[in-house]
Amino acid sequence: MDTTRLIIVAVGGQGNLLSSRVLGEAACRLDIPVRMSEIHGMAQRGGVVESAMVFGDARSTIISDGEADLFLAFEPLEALRALNRCNAATTVITNTSSLPPFTAAIGKGVYPDLETITRLISSKVGRLITLDANALAREAGNELSVNIVLLGALIKTGKLPVTADSVKDAIRETTKAAFVETNLKAFELGVGAV
Amino acid sequence: MHKLLADQPGTKKFLLGNEAIARGAVEAGLAFASTYPGTPSSEISLNFFQMSRESDLYFEYSTNEKVALEVAAAAANAGVRSMCVMKHVGMNVAADTLMTLAYVGVRAGLVILTADDPYMFSSQNEQDNRYYGKLSGLPILEPSSAQEAKEMMGYAFDLSEELAEPVIFRTTTRLNHSTEPVTLGKIKQPVTRGDFIKDPFNYVTVPAVSRKLHIKLLRQIEQAEALSSKSVYNFIEGTGKYGIIANGVSYNYVADAVLDLGLTGTAKILRIGFSHPMPGELIKYFIADCEKVLVVEEGEPYMEEAVKAFAQEAGYTGTIKGKAKELFSRLFEFDPAMVRKIMAAYFNVPFDATSAVDLSDVPELPQRPPNLCAGCSHRATFYAVNQATKGMETIHPTDIGCYTLGFLPPLSAGDFLICMGSSAGTAGGFAKTTDKKVISYIGDSTFFHSGIPGLINAVFNNHDMTLIILDNSITAMTGHQPNPGVDMQALNYDGFGQVSVESVVRGIGVPHVSVIRPYNVKKSIAAIKEAIAHKGVSVIISKQACTLFERSRKKLVGKPFYVSDRCKNHRNCINDLGCPAFYVENEKVRINASLCSGCGVCAQICPEHAILPLK
Repeated sequence: MDTTRLIIVAVGGQGNLLSSRVLGEAACRLDIPVRMSEIHGMAQRGGVVESAMVFGDARSTIISDGEADLFLAFEPLEALRALNRCNAATTVITNTSSLPPFTAAIGKGVYPDLETITRLISSKVGRLITLDANALAREAGNELSVNIVLLGALIKTGKLPVTADSVKDAIRETTKAAFVETNLKAFELGVGAV
Repeated sequence: MHKLLADQPGTKKFLLGNEAIARGAVEAGLAFASTYPGTPSSEISLNFFQMSRESDLYFEYSTNEKVALEVAAAAANAGVRSMCVMKHVGMNVAADTLMTLAYVGVRAGLVILTADDPYMFSSQNEQDNRYYGKLSGLPILEPSSAQEAKEMMGYAFDLSEELAEPVIFRTTTRLNHSTEPVTLGKIKQPVTRGDFIKDPFNYVTVPAVSRKLHIKLLRQIEQAEALSSKSVYNFIEGTGKYGIIANGVSYNYVADAVLDLGLTGTAKILRIGFSHPMPGELIKYFIADCEKVLVVEEGEPYMEEAVKAFAQEAGYTGTIKGKAKELFSRLFEFDPAMVRKIMAAYFNVPFDATSAVDLSDVPELPQRPPNLCAGCSHRATFYAVNQATKGMETIHPTDIGCYTLGFLPPLSAGDFLICMGSSAGTAGGFAKTTDKKVISYIGDSTFFHSGIPGLINAVFNNHDMTLIILDNSITAMTGHQPNPGVDMQALNYDGFGQVSVESVVRGIGVPHVSVIRPYNVKKSIAAIKEAIAHKGVSVIISKQACTLFERSRKKLVGKPFYVSDRCKNHRNCINDLGCPAFYVENEKVRINASLCSGCGVCAQICPEHAILPLK
């Protein structure tokens, strides 16, 4: 089958490893070949966490610069920083809720305004989808569900060979029982935001 | 039940490479495992640790890799299938044991796993541990995928028993930290009890015995080379006039590129999974009809050197290339596009690269480096040292752990670092040769690992230095593993002893020892001033549990703080302490209450006493 390449970037603590795991489990349920690679050595120390997911028959588990078909960012600054993973046809989804790094707080660098970020991104890639995933997660009942909201938006693009139903099944199986209901609601809100 | 203990052969699970490795060992009847934790290998041991709580598997976190290998070597020589897990640089620590264990050999299978880290995602160097195969004479196996790693683990134990010597299992970060569907196999019932049969003329490595054992080792290497040429893990794929030799994850990039570049039928691949000894006969057979050969391997030209040597023996006159300015580098990781591009150039086929978007008009973005956590006790200690040494010229050798991150501004608490334990040893050299005050930092786990000999050396040779032991009662950096100083009872684990850092330090005879509670800023500064005024060796033990670990155990009791109206924007909190719970909003310092651990250090240093606990 055709290969689809997805990059997910987030700040440590935003839960992107769980969302990529859910997505991987969903692909497994459908017997879709999937390989994923993560760099998370410093995840708990506030650094950037990146996952690469390759759906289809390719054997590589990583994605070279410019080769992401889909790019999901949990934070707008990190979307812009990792944009070299994209090409002119890439579909980009970014959360608009920002998490300014500590360096900006101590005056080492300026956090660009959201408008600049989205203008720069949309001028370079195939399609840009923005949503305030934090607000939608709060609406679902738990701000920690940002990762699942974004997963909903990602599925709605229709660019992945994974179905919404299989993701919901994977959410039921993979996420903690106490959060399943809010996570399913978060997923639907994410789907509705695209 | 632990997911890796499920006895469901044939079922597929979405497993991390490290989980697949652990499962493979369990399927092979692993009974005994030891480790010192290190990224990217840590999840293998974590899974062993968890499984050991609910199965017959014996697992231990050893004090360092050398000890871990010795423990496992003895278990294997008592007839129990054993495994020893470490990161690549851990092999350097274990090397003394490794080199002569290769002479002695094993009775039951012993697999030594080394997880290399090309690009140094979380390491101090990117050494290529395949050379340990050459150096020791031991076989090396290298998988290319999680599924293969699981299968290969069973083969590794069988091979170790067939050759009666340990087998080195070498992975790289991208294998350890990649996840894919893995089909489970049957679990072999482990043999958990063995016996040691005395045989001193084969086990006690005095020169006369070792001379005999070295002859045995050379025979084993010959036997292993024959096995390597026949191994299912060294296989040829495809046909064609061009030859590509690849290993590990590079093989995946090569296989994808052959398809992408339309080289099917033009280029064939020899995948090397049994890489020491290199399969000489197979390589000669593979290259014989190749117009030219490309060797694709991350790290050093380990395979390339061997292939060129075999080619010379076989009288092959075609071109063999791998590492070269215009081809592959010894540096860092490979990626699929890089391999595709170089293959296209070398084999002269057209290739349209997808170009990444142009980022030249993107303004400079604020960096997001990893940082010490909000409320981290190391930050409090570094702050206190910086205050206590104001106006003094200091050198701060530091060590391997979370606290290494303190080298960044504003704390700037780290000037020199080589490897585990080096803070204690290097301090002496600086103290004897400079006029600056030498104050070293080391964590509790690293102190037990390899800091103790350096401290003993300092006492014996009377170095003028202060060693600050940052004792947060856990091995935090690699994911909160226990170490000998941890109160295991308090974590609900029975059957462990405990070693007190302070007793060790006092036992060594350090003339000036003090213990501080770093969240108490004034007292800590006073104690540090006193310790560094002592001429000779002084040790300060800075004791405070890891905030992140306490938070995960729901043991954090402090209330978050906030910045009140009394704030006059001195910003000592941000400029001197730099806790990531602070942020600036409308030119005012604020505290993110969900990040704040309530340590109260910033409240103590605020000149206006403007930082107060939330009611």
